[in-house]
Amino acid sequence: MRISIAALKPWPCMAKPRKPGAPPLTQGQTVWLAASACGVLVPLAPYLPLWLDALCAVAILWRGWLLWRRVPLPPRWLVNLMAVVGAIGVAIHFRTLLGKDPGVALLTLFLALKLFETRSARDAFAVVLLGFFLILSQFFYTQSMVTAVAMVATTLLVTTTLAVLQRSSTPPLQAVRLAGSMLLQALPFMLLLFLFFPRVSGPLWGLPADAYSGLSGLSDTMSPGSISRLSLSDAIAFRARFTEPPPDQVQLYWRGPVLTRYDGRSWRLGLSGLASEAAAQMAQPVDYEITLEPHNQPWLFALDHPSRLPPNAVLTKNFQVVAKRPVRSRLRYAMQSVLDAHVGRNESADALGEALQLPADFNPRARALAASLRAVSRNDAEVVARMLARFRKETFVYTLSPPLLGRDSVDEFLFDTRRGFCEHYASAFVFVMRAAGIPARVVTGYQGGEVNPVDGYLLVRQLDAHAWTEIWLPQRGWQRVDPTAEIAPNRVEQNLAAAIPQSDALPLMTRPELNWLRQLRYRWEAASNAWNQWVLGYDEQRQYALLRLLGIPSPDWRALGALTATAGGVLMLALTAWTLHQRRRADPLHALWQRFERKLAKRGLGRAMWEGPADYAARLVRALPRREAEIASICTIYQAARYGKLIESAVTRRQQLSELKRRIAAFTS
Amino acid sequence: MPLADHDIEALLNAANRVILGKERQIRLALACLLARGHLLIEDIPGVGKTTLAHVLARLLGLDFQRIQFTSDLLPADILGVSVFDRESGAFRFHPGPVFAQLVLADEVNRATPKAQSALLEAMEERQVTTEGRTRPLPEPFFVIATQNPAHQIGTFPLPESQLDRFLMRIELGYPDRTAERELLAGADRRELVAQLSPCLPPPALLAMQRQVANVHAAPALLDYVQALAEHTRQSADFVAGLSPRAALGLLAAARAWALLEGRDHALPEDIQAVLPSVIGHRLLAPAGPGNGNLARRLIEAVALP
Repeated sequence: MRISIAALKPWPCMAKPRKPGAPPLTQGQTVWLAASACGVLVPLAPYLPLWLDALCAVAILWRGWLLWRRVPLPPRWLVNLMAVVGAIGVAIHFRTLLGKDPGVALLTLFLALKLFETRSARDAFAVVLLGFFLILSQFFYTQSMVTAVAMVATTLLVTTTLAVLQRSSTPPLQAVRLAGSMLLQALPFMLLLFLFFPRVSGPLWGLPADAYSGLSGLSDTMSPGSISRLSLSDAIAFRARFTEPPPDQVQLYWRGPVLTRYDGRSWRLGLSGLASEAAAQMAQPVDYEITLEPHNQPWLFALDHPSRLPPNAVLTKNFQVVAKRPVRSRLRYAMQSVLDAHVGRNESADALGEALQLPADFNPRARALAASLRAVSRNDAEVVARMLARFRKETFVYTLSPPLLGRDSVDEFLFDTRRGFCEHYASAFVFVMRAAGIPARVVTGYQGGEVNPVDGYLLVRQLDAHAWTEIWLPQRGWQRVDPTAEIAPNRVEQNLAAAIPQSDALPLMTRPELNWLRQLRYRWEAASNAWNQWVLGYDEQRQYALLRLLGIPSPDWRALGALTATAGGVLMLALTAWTLHQRRRADPLHALWQRFERKLAKRGLGRAMWEGPADYAARLVRALPRREAEIASICTIYQAARYGKLIESAVTRRQQLSELKRRIAAFTS
Repeated sequence: MPLADHDIEALLNAANRVILGKERQIRLALACLLARGHLLIEDIPGVGKTTLAHVLARLLGLDFQRIQFTSDLLPADILGVSVFDRESGAFRFHPGPVFAQLVLADEVNRATPKAQSALLEAMEERQVTTEGRTRPLPEPFFVIATQNPAHQIGTFPLPESQLDRFLMRIELGYPDRTAERELLAGADRRELVAQLSPCLPPPALLAMQRQVANVHAAPALLDYVQALAEHTRQSADFVAGLSPRAALGLLAAARAWALLEGRDHALPEDIQAVLPSVIGHRLLAPAGPGNGNLARRLIEAVALP
């Protein structure tokens, strides 16, 4: 690889302003510019107002038409008018001109309109610089791997345009290669800055809160249909990585919001304080790390029952892990859980009272059922067992598309329709338990997950959303009971697809017959996980960890800054040295001659770079007449070796060289 | 070494006795001839352009024709014409003045482009095609064209494509003070020319031309020629770069120059010596300084590889 000269030339826009008679842009250069503008604007289009998209499209098409028909550009006042009208439009649309979205919209507008002002190279460079900035602004909206790849392609396009602006005669392929090699040369610096430039914790720009309204996930209420709706989405909720092999599928209960209050239709979060105890260490704890996709809610997911929390999170009385603020960007946290913990043996009366609360005059048949169960049972545990047996024995159906339910939803479900999804079973079970006087509550979260064979991460998707229950028994505390497992054991032991009837519509990818497609998706998800973990997730902590690895004991931003500067300088020097080294390749004859030149340069008799050996010798003899013989012999040998007829025998040539070497060594200035 | 050193020296000395103070130009003209190129002399009238051509013709023993270019000159006046011969009852070709070993095309830019191109095509092809028959021109064939500076009245400047056919363009310039004094005090130039006798007969000239082609050009020298051409193509100092033909011409001229210097290999100094004359009429500066300056700038901008 050779360092390209084009990158070292000053840009024309830095030079003094061109005279009015400066050469206009060629057709080819303008085409490249328009293509660059297209490449920059198209990926931004989904994030801009529709009218602005249309305006930009019209502007580029119009510019293309002018170019094609070789029609002169529209007058300046028209372009200025369009800019003013567009800016007013942006101001009206966003109700302000400040901030991220209006800023990007304005720049987009200017880029599209600047195409009508490309009279000289200066204008063109303005377009290119604006383009570079707008490429970067895409990161405001999405930071996925696909975006990054597309951005690299756009950057190559704009850099190629820059190369074509420097020399209009460059053939396209050669310009692309030049731009590509320039970007490759920038790569070491990019990596250096990525690794060592001090990270600012928290986003650089405060992104508006409503930016997250579209994020889906478990909410803080549960009513019939709320979880089955989630199960249509195969989006990833979070990824988990276990330090040891993951526990059995049936143990993977990822605890989310715990719902205690019931109003006859919906379950809601109850009053909650902080827990006084973490899960008792009954069994071997499980260590794992979760990378949670943003869901705009404060809760974090953890296996039942969490025993060690990440910083910035608390454990509620319901054993729910809650972060201090909603999760609005991808969050990575380490957790530890105990799978078979017994918790809540000393539950307070308040909490138990809340877990018995039921709205009056709803579901009379279910209350009657509870009373009858209570009457035939000796203790609480038997009530639970009888209720579960009832689910098992009667013809309940587990389905994604249950019939709609009326006012007494539990009654209708238990005695009439008998078709439901996990939220129906959990809801009905808790209702009956409470009616029978057993404290009970609904727990929502995710159940199961699948291991991505490519990178070993456990993927938990939205369709793994689940609702189960907990009942409180004296001396034993809170016990998990999953009524769904009674009706559809496959749901818990395998996954959703195995549990529901064939007729139910499932997301395409979860269907078992599309195995090859699933393999492809595993790879893709592993790749984007790696991207999330190592590129987007490369934060202060990982940076400091890397520094510690490099032997800096207590890294801070100053160390990072110093390291960046030092490494940048070293890299620059290395590149320069390499370039210089390349320029004078290892030719022994040339090296000898240079040694001779250096000796004379000390006396102010250096050779001009264009001066031939004979002319140089003549000048030296004029300056140093007494050493004529020495100078003449050295120059004659060099001249003959470099420009004379080839000497066939290698021996003679070596003799020639050693003779030259001896004479130059003997030559003292 | 079969170099005809003494012949060359004698030739140059004889020429320098007639044309005073123009050693370098005479040497360049001879190098041009040895490199089998044609020569363009550009200068105001009366500085010895025609005399130089006469002197070379005499000293080389070449048969000599002079064509005075005027605005009414026709191609047939240069190439020749077929005339009906009563005795044989057939057309007979009367060769024009171009059928000579050394042709002096005087004031070539006074003629119309049509007449100019007739000569220039003959120069390039080294043959003449008229009335469907191709006739070769004699060997050696050497054209010296003289040209008045383009700003003079009544001239048709040669276009770049035709200028490219001349290997070198030289300017004679005014003689310096001593040379002019000697000129004024000396004998009539025309008589001196008439007294000259050939120093280098045509067979020896042809042999020397072949020897020029054998002058060694080392890879380092070819690198240098390429670097020079590359620079003219990249730099903003030139409107258009050197053509490959120009680069070939540069190398050929440098070889001839090296031979005149008595060497069997060419040096960068040889390139630099012939460069102003070889590229002067081929390169255009965007605007401003003279061509001599342009060549100097080119030399000083390109490092020896």
